[in-house]
Amino acid sequence: MSDFIELSAVAAAEAIAGGSLSANELFETYRARAAADRAAGEDGLNCFTWVAEDAPQAFPSTDAPLAGVPLAVKDLFCTDGVPSQSGSRILEGYLPPYTATAVARLSGAGTSLLAKTNQDEFAMGSSNENSAFGPVRNPWDRTKVPGGSSGGSAAAVAAGLAPWALGTDTGGSIRQPAALCGIVGLKPTYGAVSRYGMIAFASSLDQAGPLTRDVRDAALMLRHMVGRDQCDATSLQFPEAIQLPTAERLDGVRLGVPDEFTGEGIEAGVLEAFQAALTRAEQLGAQISEVRLPHAPHALSAYYVIAPAEASSNLARFDGVRYGLRADDATDLLDMYTRTRHDGFGPEVKRRIMLGTYALSSGYYDAYYGRAQRVRTKIAADFRSAFDQVDLIVTPTAPTVAFGLGEKTADPLSMYLNDVCTVPMSLAGIPAVSIPCGLSQGLPVGLQIAGPAFSENRLLDAAHALEQSIGFDGASARV
Amino acid sequence: MGATVIERDEVLHVARLARLALSEDEIEPMARELSAVLDHVAKIAELDLGDVAPTAHVVEITGALRPDEPRPCLPREVALAQAPVVADDGFLVPSPQA
Repeated sequence: MSDFIELSAVAAAEAIAGGSLSANELFETYRARAAADRAAGEDGLNCFTWVAEDAPQAFPSTDAPLAGVPLAVKDLFCTDGVPSQSGSRILEGYLPPYTATAVARLSGAGTSLLAKTNQDEFAMGSSNENSAFGPVRNPWDRTKVPGGSSGGSAAAVAAGLAPWALGTDTGGSIRQPAALCGIVGLKPTYGAVSRYGMIAFASSLDQAGPLTRDVRDAALMLRHMVGRDQCDATSLQFPEAIQLPTAERLDGVRLGVPDEFTGEGIEAGVLEAFQAALTRAEQLGAQISEVRLPHAPHALSAYYVIAPAEASSNLARFDGVRYGLRADDATDLLDMYTRTRHDGFGPEVKRRIMLGTYALSSGYYDAYYGRAQRVRTKIAADFRSAFDQVDLIVTPTAPTVAFGLGEKTADPLSMYLNDVCTVPMSLAGIPAVSIPCGLSQGLPVGLQIAGPAFSENRLLDAAHALEQSIGFDGASARV
Repeated sequence: MGATVIERDEVLHVARLARLALSEDEIEPMARELSAVLDHVAKIAELDLGDVAPTAHVVEITGALRPDEPRPCLPREVALAQAPVVADDGFLVPSPQA
């Protein structure tokens, strides 16, 4: 293994800018590693749906902020002329005519597109077992899932097959796989990053963000993604520049622990690592107190109405007319629509479309969708009151460590429960980061830190101080 | 709210609304799984939400319109490049009623 595989993206960019590392050498090394995983098929981790065949003809100038550092991008981001399939058979081989804003901004800042990463189909899943391109394996233990839906992105970064990766988070799809793979994952404030060119799942929740080896890398990537985009009417100008965090202490930082997420349903080993992180935070000077998020226990229910409802509407566009799969020998137009969707969508996507269509259908709308939207209001209000008392909220990221491949596929509801700690922040539109805080049964445990809208700089500072103190070593997951 | 039970007929009705064909062996599991999930989410019926306003979106933006100026759009051949079937510079589809 080349030594520079161990470099963070920040360090690699500095080494390229300083002339001690060539962008081409770095790209070719990662390209060979990613291509080997792809060639290994089921014997590899199956992180990728596409890997660059060659190094770019030209690298950005070495004074570009990201200096040519290779980037892995979740399959659902449209990339001009490069397969963008959102993990679905219905988009197999789809070559978009344009590039998503988040990817375009990162490439404008100097990244080079290394690969597209495997994911749950249309980002619906918490284990990456719903991909039309096969499950991803967890580099810590290949019999375990990497989490989802950005499972390929998380596993690739943990395994050292990419320096960093771009993912998306709707109800936890960056944070939960980051936790299960022992890396850093950040879901920014809703609206901080343009959604233009992201193949949509649930538009009021979807948000792009970084999956990285460390907190400074997450800050660096975020810095070059944020901002208003005319192509996304819900995008906002970020009110300040994103700083690379340097904090080593947490003096005076008030951390709130919601007891709704530290009791029943959370595995003992996860709680133990979480408690150890709280003790460490106190040693660093933080003040820890309990906070209440009384409606948070209802967040999962509200989420599993709102997200499928939005998905059922968004996925109406896959009808076999303009792109993607079309069923053969249709007798008429309706037959073509219904059979194309039957053949093209996997079981979980069908389930969510059905659930969403049901929740929006006449006679049920108020009982399900209307109520879920009101619960969403209450959840956002809970967070606002909590942030009157504390600066940041900390919880475990996921209730368990990585579980076995196939263990939860037979029971959709048990799979949905993985998202219990991450969906409240999504519904409230607030930023949250997961950092590794220890091991349980030899597998990584994630610590989630959430803050008010646009508090990313404070959030990343606190995450950095804890990360430095915890000293988590992810090297054993490298391939 | 008692246990939610979605029957076969209801599954077929919703599938028709969703323009989704289901094979025979998909119908019964779909009914069972939808029932289980809806039963779980029905817990929100216990909350008193009478005067709470719904949240459709967390970002408050009004009038996010760009100036209405003509600009180039996707060229026709690019828009058609990924189409399953093209005829006469357009997307060819089966007849609505064969």
